Amino acid sequence: MGRYVARRLLQMIPVFIGSTLLVFLMMYALPGDPVRALAGEQHVDASQIAALKAEYGLDQPIWQQYLNYLGNLFQGDFGQQIGTQRPVAEVIADAYPITVRLAIFAFVFTVVAGISLGIIAGLKAESLRDRGLLGLTLVLISMPSFVLGFLVQYFFAFQLGIAKPNVSLEPTNGELIMPAIVLASLSLAYVARLTRTSVAENIRADYIRTAVAKGLPRRRIVGIHLMRNSLIPVVTFLGTDIGALMGGAIVTEGIFNIKGVGSLVFEALSKREGATVVGIVTLLVIVYLVCSLLVDLLYAVLDPRIRYA
Amino acid sequence: MPDTTALSKSTDAPAAAAQTPTTTDSGPLPGKPRSLWSDAWHDLRRNPLFLVSMVLILLLTVMAIFPGLFTSASPRDANLAEHYLQKPNWGHFFAPDWLGYDVQGRSIYARLIYGARASIMVGVIVTIAVTITGLVIGMLAGYFGGWIDTVLSRITDVFFGVPFIVGAMVILTTFEERSVWVVILSLSFLGWTSIARVARGSVITIKQADYVVAAKALGASTTRIMTRHILPNAIAPVIVVATIALGGYIAAEATLSFLGIGLAEPTVSWGIDVSAAKDQLRNVPTVLIIPSVMVSITVLSFLMFGDAVRNALDPKMR
Repeated sequence: MGRYVARRLLQMIPVFIGSTLLVFLMMYALPGDPVRALAGEQHVDASQIAALKAEYGLDQPIWQQYLNYLGNLFQGDFGQQIGTQRPVAEVIADAYPITVRLAIFAFVFTVVAGISLGIIAGLKAESLRDRGLLGLTLVLISMPSFVLGFLVQYFFAFQLGIAKPNVSLEPTNGELIMPAIVLASLSLAYVARLTRTSVAENIRADYIRTAVAKGLPRRRIVGIHLMRNSLIPVVTFLGTDIGALMGGAIVTEGIFNIKGVGSLVFEALSKREGATVVGIVTLLVIVYLVCSLLVDLLYAVLDPRIRYA
Repeated sequence: MPDTTALSKSTDAPAAAAQTPTTTDSGPLPGKPRSLWSDAWHDLRRNPLFLVSMVLILLLTVMAIFPGLFTSASPRDANLAEHYLQKPNWGHFFAPDWLGYDVQGRSIYARLIYGARASIMVGVIVTIAVTITGLVIGMLAGYFGGWIDTVLSRITDVFFGVPFIVGAMVILTTFEERSVWVVILSLSFLGWTSIARVARGSVITIKQADYVVAAKALGASTTRIMTRHILPNAIAPVIVVATIALGGYIAAEATLSFLGIGLAEPTVSWGIDVSAAKDQLRNVPTVLIIPSVMVSITVLSFLMFGDAVRNALDPKMR
């Protein structure tokens, strides 16, 4: 177990370096200049630009810049924003808590509602109930989050008046429920479909028939025997989904005017603040890698036949 | 010796006789060998989900190629003085004022029709590009194994690790002119990973099959084995993933255009229209809701299509 985790952690290093390098190259090797973006329409003479570039190390060759960045990163230094002069780590730390809260809400909602709907549909596969729920999930998947966001805003805020269209600057948990539902909807539909397929397949398995024949209560059959065997594909999806939730927050945060990581990425991109964008993507990559490791470890919990030497 | 040949002949004869009637018989008899593809087609023709999605997709495709067939109005004619945010005239079916006018006094119905082109083009071309890239990388990794597999799989992991929408945003912001092709490029650049993973897994199972071993033993070249034996047998799961992903790329294009970093005017795109109507949600909601619903219907048609294809191709579903 310990050796397996160590090996997986070692395997993460090249993927981590590769992903950050990829984003770094997309950010800096392509045209577009943060120093000029800072000046805007104003005329700035060439010597000033050169001086600013030298200050931020932007005049060095790209590989040198990347090595510097990586070196600083391992010491916990994410660099400095050019526009505001604030350290990137501080800017991200300001925006992160609210996005994490939003993502946790959305994640809980995905897990609870998605798995329940999946079980309800899967226990009676091909029934009217099953087909109705499958159709509902298809409709949810086909609505990009900005469409669903506006629809929810329109009905709950403008028509029914039971919620505010935008959240306040320091949102309470109640205010985050609506954005979280919008953010969760896509994953929720996928989780419901995956659970449904898995449950519908496993319900015919021999061990379920045995459990029924033994006279076990239905709650135990569905809750323990069926769930443990049906959740592996769902857990796999959920692992990669946490990262996607953070990424999807960009749109949701924009619609509901939440000042989180999503708004930060968006703002940093338009000002070409490379260090901020690369910093956020780096964090998202770390979240993704850690989650996929956790998923693999969870397999062994769910299915005792899987053992990591 | 002659005895054994006579014996084998006599046992062969009834078997052959039993097989002749089944092969001439039509219908799904268990003895009749049918390929995965003809079997899938047999299933699909009877699936109402497939037929509905096919009709919708055909309609959208015709809309994308010949928008003039559906409306005489131009999507770019703006008449602010007469038509500013004019409400829909539900009785005038398919007339320019049917669905009302937007903030710039342009016919919403005309923009609905002309917006299909960008969506369908992005969806279809990205799917083709991603499928080809993913197939090549996945097949090379799966077939050759060893260090080639290690390198290609790590590269796939690296691209998979970058969040899709954020990555596409980073690429798109570096372009001054954001045409349909730039959006296609940025989505294809990051989208091929899941196809590569599926193709690799599929090839690894298939390369151990007897017919591949036999082809190798007969001295078939690597190219021939790959294109004639591996590809046709490994492609089914790839097609399933690709058809379902198509709807996702259409949604991604709309989302990026909505955020203001995907397509840009003068290209007509539903995402741009939704974004331009953002502030009208309280007063004239139709301006925003109509293009939103159109995006969803388009994505839904491709999703239903993908779902039907998956059910037909996945043997577990039978």
